[in-house]
Amino acid sequence: MNAVIQSNAFEAKQRERNMNTKGTKGAIRIEKVDKVYDPEGAAVKAVDTCSLDIGAGEICMIVGPSGCGKTTLLNAIAGFHSISNGTIYLDDELLCGPDKPKAEPGPDRVVVFQNGALFPWKTNLENVAFGPIMQGTMSKKEAFEKARDMMASAGLNGSENSYPGETSSGVRRRVEIVRALMNDPKVLLLDEPYRALDSLTKSVMHEALLDIYYKNKVTIFFITHDLEEAIFLGHKVVIMTTRPCRPKKILDVDIPHPRDYNVLTSKRFRELMDETMEAVHEEAMKAFERGEKEG
Amino acid sequence: MNASTIVANRPMGRLRKSIFHDTGSRRAIVSLILFLVFWEVGSQSKAWFGVQLPWIGMVPAPTAVFSAWGPLLLDPSYWQSWWQSSYRVFFGFIAAMILGIPFGLLMAVSKNYRDTVFPVFEIFRPIPPLAWVPAAIIFWPTQEMSIAFVTFYGAFFTVVLNVIGGARSIDVRYFQSARSMGANGWDIFRRIILPGTLPSIVIGATVGMGITWEVVVAAEMISGGGNSMGGAGGGLGFFIWNSYVGGSYPQIVVGMISIGIAGYISSTIIRWIGSRATPWLRMR
Repeated sequence: MNAVIQSNAFEAKQRERNMNTKGTKGAIRIEKVDKVYDPEGAAVKAVDTCSLDIGAGEICMIVGPSGCGKTTLLNAIAGFHSISNGTIYLDDELLCGPDKPKAEPGPDRVVVFQNGALFPWKTNLENVAFGPIMQGTMSKKEAFEKARDMMASAGLNGSENSYPGETSSGVRRRVEIVRALMNDPKVLLLDEPYRALDSLTKSVMHEALLDIYYKNKVTIFFITHDLEEAIFLGHKVVIMTTRPCRPKKILDVDIPHPRDYNVLTSKRFRELMDETMEAVHEEAMKAFERGEKEG
Repeated sequence: MNASTIVANRPMGRLRKSIFHDTGSRRAIVSLILFLVFWEVGSQSKAWFGVQLPWIGMVPAPTAVFSAWGPLLLDPSYWQSWWQSSYRVFFGFIAAMILGIPFGLLMAVSKNYRDTVFPVFEIFRPIPPLAWVPAAIIFWPTQEMSIAFVTFYGAFFTVVLNVIGGARSIDVRYFQSARSMGANGWDIFRRIILPGTLPSIVIGATVGMGITWEVVVAAEMISGGGNSMGGAGGGLGFFIWNSYVGGSYPQIVVGMISIGIAGYISSTIIRWIGSRATPWLRMR
């Protein structure tokens, strides 16, 4: 009992120290990236000379209308898709560029998907332990131990031995984020992870994410089309143009971390909302008029 | 007060509740009894009412069937029929699984392989297993092997199609996230494709098991049920055929019900194994 209190106190102190400092790894530099789908045929330009700097340990929120090509950018960083032009660096190391259009997927950049991609045939614990076992960085025993610890510190005790299909969508999403963090990534790539959640669960998830962030300090590349979510979570909010996608407006959110839900009603938050709403709305209208599909 | 308490407070509601008591097995027993009564009355219609009902009036009555069944239960050759059909089904089914699962997985994983093999597969698939009986008798040295082959053939295509469908419907995000967490090709096959296909394999196995029973019985009838075994020792299909030739109609029905029971037991076993192999689907 005593030990628990002590470790909580320790954790709290550590958290406090961490709150206002950013991490040291996981800076992403995107330079003049183009992506053209089907260059021989339809030649759809999804990303157009997109340049963006994301600092190490920064929460960077990407806001843009549906189908604008923001997921294309995420897939390029993750190494699932190639790019047509430009370069992307991670901590000054080349991920992809003119001579290497497609990055290698790797555990330093783990994606949390829109509808979740926990393996349904593995228990939550097995899912979380998956990465290190695959990479051979830990023995099975070590991986399960660490997985158990990480789940516990994310408040997920009790759901270790359930299958994802038996747990609520909010828990599933948290398990997936923990699974990603197990790999000790430099960057966490989140593709509208809370889209399918109801707004109450969503607000809990936001605080849970920040909580996890304060403990781990990874760079977060977070795609959303919810402006409120973006300003609440992000150090930086990048508003993208509708297809082809490129930054239209970059907003530095000067509300200090740690944040909690009181931020939502603060004056500064409203000011920032007002400041960016128009830009977002303008692009959304353009996308709507063109009848963009989801994607 | 909610709806269920209202029902329970009414006399009829209480009565209904005490009879059925929300157990499925009770309903099953009731429906079986009703079925047997209907059948008995139907087939005795001429003797009892002087009017023979169409179709069912020609079927032996359940009492006749059961009284024919009684002595058979002590007859080793009846049990030998069970045994023979069962092991033919077992071997045909196992062969279909052993060959069909890798075959289907290969088709799902490799486009080159699929492009090469699929046209031939699709030509063979519509050929009914029973159309193979004469050819199988010619090809295979023993009658036993011919029957086993036809049984295998019946289940093979269902198993393969289910495996392909299952493997190809695995969400691409599973592959992507496994890859980004450092899984190599073999890991992905073993830990994503295999478990991802397992539910479809179970479905394929359940359907395939049903088909093997259909096929084995017909094959036994047509091929004469393995005369080398002598007399009525040629499986349940031959048992039925032999009863028909010998004019003991209640025995035909005994054979039919035996197959029904055997098929039911087989599917139950497959479902049991299947639900243990896919524990993540059990809670739904």
